[in-house]
Amino acid sequence: MIAETGHFALILALAVALFQFAVPLYGAYRGDAAVMRMAAPAALAQLSLIVIAFAALTHAYVTSDFSVQNVFENSHSAKPLLYKISGVWGNHEGSMVLWVLILSLFGAAVALFGDNLPLELKSRVLAVQGSIGAAFLLFIVTTSNPFTRLDPAPIEGNGLNPILQDPALAFHPPFLYAGYVGLSIAFSFAVAALIEGRVDAAWARWVRPWTLVAWMFLTIGIAMGSWWAYYELGWGGWWFWDPVENASFMPWIVATALLHSAIVVERRNALKIWTILLSILAFSLSLVGTFLVRSGVLTSVHAFAVDPARGIFILGILCLFIGGALTLFAWRAPLLKAGGLFAPVSREGGLVVNNLLLCVACISVFIGTLYPLALETLTGEKISVGPPYFNLTFGPIILPLLLLVPLGPFLTWKRADLWGAVQRLWVAALVAIGAALLILVVTQRGPWLAPFGIALGVWLVMGSLSELATRIGLFRAPWPTSLSRLLGLPGAAIGMSLAHAGVGIMIAGIIAISLWKVEVIVAMKPGDTAQVGDYAVTFQGETPLTGPNYTGETGRFRVTLGGSEITVLASEKRIFQPSRMPTTEVGLHQTLAGDLYVVMGDRTNDGGRAVRLYFNPLVNLIWLGAAVMFMGGIFSLTDRRYRVGAPKRVAMAETVAAE
Amino acid sequence: MRILPVLLFLMLGGSAFAVQPDEILKDPALEARARALSGGLRCLVCQNQSIDDSDAPLARDLRILIRERLTAGESDAQVMGYVVDRYGDFVLLKPRLTARTALLWAMPFAVLLLAALFLFRRRKATAANEAPLSAEERAALDRALE
Repeated sequence: MIAETGHFALILALAVALFQFAVPLYGAYRGDAAVMRMAAPAALAQLSLIVIAFAALTHAYVTSDFSVQNVFENSHSAKPLLYKISGVWGNHEGSMVLWVLILSLFGAAVALFGDNLPLELKSRVLAVQGSIGAAFLLFIVTTSNPFTRLDPAPIEGNGLNPILQDPALAFHPPFLYAGYVGLSIAFSFAVAALIEGRVDAAWARWVRPWTLVAWMFLTIGIAMGSWWAYYELGWGGWWFWDPVENASFMPWIVATALLHSAIVVERRNALKIWTILLSILAFSLSLVGTFLVRSGVLTSVHAFAVDPARGIFILGILCLFIGGALTLFAWRAPLLKAGGLFAPVSREGGLVVNNLLLCVACISVFIGTLYPLALETLTGEKISVGPPYFNLTFGPIILPLLLLVPLGPFLTWKRADLWGAVQRLWVAALVAIGAALLILVVTQRGPWLAPFGIALGVWLVMGSLSELATRIGLFRAPWPTSLSRLLGLPGAAIGMSLAHAGVGIMIAGIIAISLWKVEVIVAMKPGDTAQVGDYAVTFQGETPLTGPNYTGETGRFRVTLGGSEITVLASEKRIFQPSRMPTTEVGLHQTLAGDLYVVMGDRTNDGGRAVRLYFNPLVNLIWLGAAVMFMGGIFSLTDRRYRVGAPKRVAMAETVAAE
Repeated sequence: MRILPVLLFLMLGGSAFAVQPDEILKDPALEARARALSGGLRCLVCQNQSIDDSDAPLARDLRILIRERLTAGESDAQVMGYVVDRYGDFVLLKPRLTARTALLWAMPFAVLLLAALFLFRRRKATAANEAPLSAEERAALDRALE
């Protein structure tokens, strides 16, 4: 009965979404306020209905109701509760329900917190949001119903794929989807603005926090996936340029570009048409990502859906929304008036370069991901595009951008003094060069790329700090003055510095693990010792292991550093029930200087174990960098200008004119 | 996110990780070359995974084959040539530059160039619009300011 309620709620949600699409749009067209006001309650009703459906599905999972086919196929009664819940979105149907749940959540958030929006804009935004919801709800109801019943009900389920039974992966999809789907708000704002034929600073001020929230979720979602790959896959890789990874990386890049270009609209009323286009593209890439992952076009196991009917349906949604939005763009964008002029060397100019390089970098990822598919479809020829391609295209395109990042914040609006900006960065440059020299002196040998890579990271971090230091007059003004200025800084300023510094921290981590990784592969018998970097690792033997839904062996490794014991690491080999699938758990000793990473492999013929040992220097900087970028987003969100929400449109326009 | 290799690895019944201790060559220089080569070769039964990372039996066979050929004294290019002859271009993670991949390699840089050119020309166009005032305009402005 509960499952049927869920199914019914989904169908009702579809009807409400259609209402939310059509009625406010008509109201805005007629200028009828009473009709437009129906948008917000519709958005809330849609959310409530999808919450009911999602709760019904979760209930079926938690109670292991195997009369529901979806639960039977993807769950098992012996699974820990956490993975029963995460099993809800660990499959195609459930993940689509999560998709529309998050979509309706964002829609409801606009309905609730969008009081400062003009009624027309708000109702149009919600209408576009409703149309996306309707398309995906129709997709679920017609091709991917999660509530299909089985009769007779099986006694036991098939179980969730063991490698999905991991805390980081349990929460990875919700974060990633919140990012993907959050970009729909920017899309809806863009389409609504095109219908209105008006984009101004106030518009940018409304769009920016939503984009920022989506960007933060994407950042965390991608970082979580990468962290999971790092410790779960057993060879210390953290990024693979896999199509599925690229599918989430592309919206991230464009969202980053959008965050920057929206600043120009907000502050200088320029780059409006471009910003609208980016808003459309960011969500379009989310849709492309959904298509790649959900349609089976990659013929990867990732694509849970093998049924081509689903693929064609999503492709239809893709064409409708991307094509529709771009057509609207081509038709209406010329109506938007060009805004403020600026010299090539200016803050605006810097942000244009930022957008140019980010977008071209995204294009290289896009081409690398889709070219093999296109070539095979057109000619039947199969090629592989792997990490070397991306290193050679994405790398050189993004490198100049990274070098220029610290310069940007020192450029003034309209017309900037380039030499003056460079002069303010001499401390940062000196520290970066010093770091490179220090590394050269200490390591005394290659890889020669390492000093430059680390120096780039230091340059980014120091550059961001220099900007903050200049703002608060560090060392120039008395300490208390600097401190009070620091506390008085707008959130967005601190946010920007943190985000840029986060990129630098991440770069340093990436360079360090890519170039300085130490790998030792040996066969070890109990009592054997292997040397990895400065650590000595002794295999102490193995003991049997029994978990809630798996059995296996635990290998223990004693780790000593300079003769004194640091820790004992355990690496497990697990065999999961009921699938008999084996997984490996890595023994990990984390420090800021680097991780000791121990994996116990198969038994060797002479009774020992194949063991893989790594020392991954500075690797945690990658995720620390992502966390710092996320923190930057939080600071930006607390900025009063965004929180109290944009003042009235007229007031805004005056401010801009005054600037 | 990176469910793929593990899933494949599970499906293929492997339970170990890529390079096994017994595969490693005694000569470190030769082994380093073998590792570098296998990092650029795709595991044919996997998805976007190099044979160096893969646990599939086929990947192991290829790793051993590469090491045998290197030990026999072949150059890196000879070994790669042999593998590509046997398995086709699909095996290369870094696609070779051919007529059919020219677009793949050129497009990112071509777009960058075109976009930069577009910005430059637009810049000139805007600059032209900002041309100094004509005598009439100046006169009109002076009148307005008076």
